[in-house]
Amino acid sequence: MPISTEDIRYVAFLARITFAPEELKRFATQLETILEYIEQLEELDVSDVRPTTHVLPVKNVLRKDEKRESLSSEAVMKNAPSKQNAFFKVPRIIQDK
Amino acid sequence: MKLSELTAHQLKESYKKGGTSPTEVCKALFTAVDRLDPIIHAFVYLDREKILARAKELEQRPYERPLWGIPVAIKDILCVEGEPTTCASKILEGFCPPYNATVIEYLKAAGAILFGKTNMDEFAFGSSTETSCYGPTKNPWHVDRIPGGSSGGSCACVSAGQVPLSLGSDTGGSIRQPASMCGVVGLKPTYGRVSRYGLIAFASSLDQVGPIARDIPDCALLAEIISRHDPRDATSVAIETPPYSALLQKDITGLTLGVPREYFAEGIHADVGGALQDALKTLKGLGAKTVSISLPHTKYAVADYYIVAPAEASSNLARFDGVQYGYRSQTAPYSAEHGPLIDMYLNTRREGFGAEAKRRIMLGTHALSSGYYEAYYLRALKVRSLIRGDFDEAFKKCDCIITPTSPTTAFGIGERLADPLSMYLSDILTISANLSGIPGISLPCGFDPQGLPIGLQILARPFDEQLIFNVGYAFQCATDFHTKRPGLAAGKDA
Repeated sequence: MPISTEDIRYVAFLARITFAPEELKRFATQLETILEYIEQLEELDVSDVRPTTHVLPVKNVLRKDEKRESLSSEAVMKNAPSKQNAFFKVPRIIQDK
Repeated sequence: MKLSELTAHQLKESYKKGGTSPTEVCKALFTAVDRLDPIIHAFVYLDREKILARAKELEQRPYERPLWGIPVAIKDILCVEGEPTTCASKILEGFCPPYNATVIEYLKAAGAILFGKTNMDEFAFGSSTETSCYGPTKNPWHVDRIPGGSSGGSCACVSAGQVPLSLGSDTGGSIRQPASMCGVVGLKPTYGRVSRYGLIAFASSLDQVGPIARDIPDCALLAEIISRHDPRDATSVAIETPPYSALLQKDITGLTLGVPREYFAEGIHADVGGALQDALKTLKGLGAKTVSISLPHTKYAVADYYIVAPAEASSNLARFDGVQYGYRSQTAPYSAEHGPLIDMYLNTRREGFGAEAKRRIMLGTHALSSGYYEAYYLRALKVRSLIRGDFDEAFKKCDCIITPTSPTTAFGIGERLADPLSMYLSDILTISANLSGIPGISLPCGFDPQGLPIGLQILARPFDEQLIFNVGYAFQCATDFHTKRPGLAAGKDA
């Protein structure tokens, strides 16, 4: 299935990535080759097959609803690129009129 | 024998007899690292003072612990408290986890010495350790060749004699394929056997942490330490782990080994095929029987994997957005279209992720996007059931399965980098085990005419690691491939 640079740009924005124009072309070609290879899965009749999301027969795993020790907020915030007190700082979201 | 050449069980013997001490061993390993790492570049972080302090601390209380004083190198995908953990990606630049992965806690409790962080493909996306933001690791057997990947650093450092043991992770072959190419032993445990808590997630339904060593007894020893139920990982299974190393036995009389036709077909290099036939002869000579089996959906495994794994990866990697940790772009917003916050995300991820990471994120996002989900992702999950079903059928006829680990020996640095699909296909023999959740090991079984190691893969039923170890142990008791070390390690030219 051919992939246009428009498709790539759309998916890239969903994934919050951007590409320079020459990169965009290279990615389109590479993704097309990979997706062409993947198309061989269409040879198989899977209409009666159940999907495997997980190899183990897992059930919900719950823990007791009890207070327990956790990391201090200082330890959690230590790696933040930008912070103020106990808050992560991000660029301004609400614009001035 | 030099201290750096000793296996963990040999070191344990020596410690017991007072032949050497953890401090002495660590210093000998530093000498090996100083000499070899400028050439092979297996390590991305090594805090010598911390290591020596740990050795000293252990020496104050020399009591029986299974890994007392044994250095273990850690793939840079596992969180180690207070040590940089980057997944070899710029986007995790400067990240120092505030906690340890569960397997790290287990190693510490067992008395191990954490011996630095090892190089890898960025976020474990790769089969050659070339996509690391720190640059590639070289194969100790031939420095113009790749060490395999993604756990290339962890396999190269064990192979070269820089450390006796290491931990890697395996999502599609990332322990077994580099183990094969570096001539060491590497196990991917059954999915759910080892905790993934603190393992930076690539594909959560496929990832497993596993041990890398120079022989089966060492691999079994490290495996039994890390294989314990962990309530912090909901997919960790509450099942008893046998004391693998104590239960090792080399009698394989009467075992039935399955030989899948599809794994000895076209695309397998003649040198690899030849070494495998010899290995099968050896195993038959030890009393095992072989039976020809079929895993008919093998040819779809790579295609299937490259939907399932990138789909999970694209979701897992959404967390890297420059807010809570790691790299944040300082580039000024470049468009008025999305506003400053989204522009920060876009710039951070564009600058922080390498090309292969972007490729997988794109592939996964595409496969999950509206209109494609059923055609790609849902179909891939169904094909995954067929691939699993192949193994269920096969294990009715045999106790374990013998295959090559990789179709070829180590390829040249740069050879497959420009052609992602050819890189993906180098994992064609290992990927099915991850899709099916079954355990698999690679161990050395020969060398090609260039002197590059060839790996033998043993696959077994879920939670049957003991059988894998026994077959591997029987093989190593009858052969000496695992005792060969690269010329580089002995100080000869590679």
